[in-house]
Amino acid sequence: MSILYLTALELSAAIKEKKYTVEDAVKAVLSRIKESDGTFNCYITVDEEGALKEAADVQEKIDNGTITGPLAGVPVAIKDNICTEGLLTTCASKILYNFVPTFSSEAVINLKNAGAVIIGKTNMDEFAMGSTTETSHFGPTKNPRNPEHVPGGSSGGSASAVAADECFFALGSDTGGSIRQPASYCGVVGMKPTYGRVSRYGLIAYGSSLDQIGPLCKDVSDCAAIMEVICSHDPKDSTSVKRDDNDFTKALVDDVKGMKIGIPRDYFKEGLDDEVRDAVLKAVDVLKEKGAVVEEFDLSLVDYAIPTYYTIAAAEASSNLERFDGIKYGYRTEEYNGLHNMYKKTRSEGFGDEVKRRIMLGSFVLSSGYYDAYYLKALKVKALIKKAFDEAFSKYDIIIGPVAPTTAPKLGESLSDPIAMYLSDIYTISVNLAGLPGMSVPCGTGKDNLPIGLQLIGDCFNEKALIRAAYAYECAGGCYHKNFGGKDGD
Amino acid sequence: MPNGYETVIGLEVHVELATKTKIFCGCSTAFGGEPNTHTCPVCTGMPGSLPVLNKQVLEYAVAVGLASNCDITRYCKFDRKNYFYPDNPQNYQISQLYLPICRNGHVDIETENGKKSVRIHEIHMEEDAGKLIHDEYDDCSYVDYNRSGVPLIEIVSEPDMRSADEVIAYLEKLRMIIQYLGASDCKLQEGSMRADVNLSVRPLGQEEFGTRTEMKNLNSFKAIRRAIEGETERQIDIIESGEKVVQETRRWDDNAGESYAMRSKEDAQDYRYFPDPDLVPVSISDEFISDIKAKEPEFREEKKQRYIDEYKLPEYDTDIITGSKKMADIFEETVKCGADPKKVSNYLMGETMRILKEKELDPQDITFKSESLAKLIALQDKKSINGTVAKEVFEVMFFEDIDPEEYVKEKGLLTVNDEGALRTTVQKVIDENPQSVADYKGGKEKALGFLVGQTMKAMQGKADPASVNAILKELLS
Repeated sequence: MSILYLTALELSAAIKEKKYTVEDAVKAVLSRIKESDGTFNCYITVDEEGALKEAADVQEKIDNGTITGPLAGVPVAIKDNICTEGLLTTCASKILYNFVPTFSSEAVINLKNAGAVIIGKTNMDEFAMGSTTETSHFGPTKNPRNPEHVPGGSSGGSASAVAADECFFALGSDTGGSIRQPASYCGVVGMKPTYGRVSRYGLIAYGSSLDQIGPLCKDVSDCAAIMEVICSHDPKDSTSVKRDDNDFTKALVDDVKGMKIGIPRDYFKEGLDDEVRDAVLKAVDVLKEKGAVVEEFDLSLVDYAIPTYYTIAAAEASSNLERFDGIKYGYRTEEYNGLHNMYKKTRSEGFGDEVKRRIMLGSFVLSSGYYDAYYLKALKVKALIKKAFDEAFSKYDIIIGPVAPTTAPKLGESLSDPIAMYLSDIYTISVNLAGLPGMSVPCGTGKDNLPIGLQLIGDCFNEKALIRAAYAYECAGGCYHKNFGGKDGD
Repeated sequence: MPNGYETVIGLEVHVELATKTKIFCGCSTAFGGEPNTHTCPVCTGMPGSLPVLNKQVLEYAVAVGLASNCDITRYCKFDRKNYFYPDNPQNYQISQLYLPICRNGHVDIETENGKKSVRIHEIHMEEDAGKLIHDEYDDCSYVDYNRSGVPLIEIVSEPDMRSADEVIAYLEKLRMIIQYLGASDCKLQEGSMRADVNLSVRPLGQEEFGTRTEMKNLNSFKAIRRAIEGETERQIDIIESGEKVVQETRRWDDNAGESYAMRSKEDAQDYRYFPDPDLVPVSISDEFISDIKAKEPEFREEKKQRYIDEYKLPEYDTDIITGSKKMADIFEETVKCGADPKKVSNYLMGETMRILKEKELDPQDITFKSESLAKLIALQDKKSINGTVAKEVFEVMFFEDIDPEEYVKEKGLLTVNDEGALRTTVQKVIDENPQSVADYKGGKEKALGFLVGQTMKAMQGKADPASVNAILKELLS
């Protein structure tokens, strides 16, 4: 079996057993990228030189026992909105086409300390705004399961890099579903941790109150191990929470007896494709057979989640993106006449349509006279959504539903109708609004070989319940590398 | 003030807090420094950086709020004020609009017209911006972010002041409180205290306020006074000529003694304020407040009374010494070094105030060591130097870091205490000035002064005038 089909944990164990070197792993990934990334376009930047150098360093540390963790020597891809010191970080935008950060994000530092080797930076929707990875300045990413289709977004490059074996795992970011939805479309495991679990320091902000970094990976065990590494209390991020329950691998137990699972009826209404519904309900049955107690309930506020999300996220984005002005870094227009003309031309030329749309929307809802009617009201609805989930979690350990209403759409289908694209976020965004942890695991394949994802939602800081349920499901046959891993290998 | 009108003034006072580090990062707040050397990803607005509140800023803001009788907002938040300008690296300033840290306070002031209370609408915390340097030569602008993120509080008064006198009294009162708290040095010239004046006029007896203007760029009390008088006159002239005052922001040019419009209300920007999602709301506990209360220093009135009780200083002295925290500190430290309180007081009220006035300095600018002043007074007490020499030494000491004991030795300023040598000199002066001796003996007391002066001159000032006096009298009797 090719080294590329190993999971992160399997690879790391094989390196420790000296079956492979770190360099073997890095070279295998680099050659896979050379072979297939021309088609898939998962990466914006591949750091071949840096990765090989890092491979040698990490190998030495593994050999002398300085690094012993389960991610030692494992090649990782990082979404291009997560700062990496000395390595181009563009947010897939023209406006940051040349931006090289002077510092690394906390999550990246944690990974490096654990011995993971950064291969490169993955493609995404510009500034994480989009659900298809088609708004990138560097061209769309294609779904490795079926290149006529999108990989989802905004972390589409990360999800497809994992699916295409162009890395062993990846980091993404999730503001309204941007990890879970591409994980679902590409048939990999993705987790959006509880807000505050992973430091946002070094994540280039889209919607600050909703953004969270998380893993995209091959199976649930990898997910738990990566979470243990990237979750930390960071004094540089005021919203980072100090926790002593980051030992996620403890939850890798194949036992859901008595676990109470809520199924929100509102997640199975009109708009949900039959094949997605069937796959999700089949997965629920697997857990039921293993002893979980399943019950349907109402979560009607979900109807308000989309307008609430787009109000809050756009408002925060309109302010967060003000710093991209051509003064300090990034793109500056060639010719201009005075300061304001420079601002205007730089931003008009530097941002793409979707980003401009959200900046305008966000500026509008924060304008005097509209603030109360839109932004303030959205904050109130956000609080109500959180309350509705609180009530649900007083009854259930986890909530299960679909990740997205359909499998991955065809390239070019979504951008022509942004409202339809926004509506496809319906099952994922309330998790961000409530700050909850959410997870996507593959639960089947629909037509055209397109994967379907199962979404597990937990109460704040109860990632372990998600990992436990997902692991039990995976043990029963629903995980990536068993489904897809050897498909074109030996 | 022309008859029939009343001036209505409210102030927005920005005070730079005396923290060692910036409000949202660990960079130094030290003044000066090569451009962009006191900076980091946070205060230069690098993508991915995040602010974290400096707790000392909160403590100072609450302390100022408590000392100015404000309600402390127990659940306060920071908001973003969005506007594009290169001195502001994020293109938004982190400030407070919806839930400022302090509200509904007041300070009491006193002017020739009596006592009154000026209400404080709110005090909020915010970050300072960087500095733009325009290079006319190269036709470009540079930006220095050393000041970016320096903590400020903005103290917003109600429109309760009616004259320049009241405005100055209010500012002096605020400055006193803040300096006593150690929350800022409040230097107007250096910009660590800045006041924007909101002013309108209305016919006497009218309840409704007139249209106001906001005056910026006021760098001294003198400029504030002149600007208030100038703006009052300008607005009355407009009204008298039948026109309307335009609501606008104006910039005071103190050299020209006039102001010009910067922007009118019509160009006012929509700052799109909203709560900063990067900063968690601040919850203030009873304990936090009581800790700050406990740390509250002795304020001016208490200090004055203690100086009277403990050091038996005349009230007049205490009034001057406690007029600035710095002076009071010097006074107490010098007394602690063993100097006589009244003698210390005399140095502060006399020589110190004289030099400050001459050089147009602020008590904050004093650099001499209290220990040195104590040594100087001790030298005088021991009659090692006389009063004239002491004043000279003090003047040197004021500007240079010298040890008075070593200085007088080095410069040979010590009084000659050798009685024999002194007698010889006095005798010589008597011999050389027979006319004055005759005058003195003839009853002209003034002549003795002349002889003392001649002796001091012959001794090159290094004699104790009292001893000279005594020996002269003895030899002439």
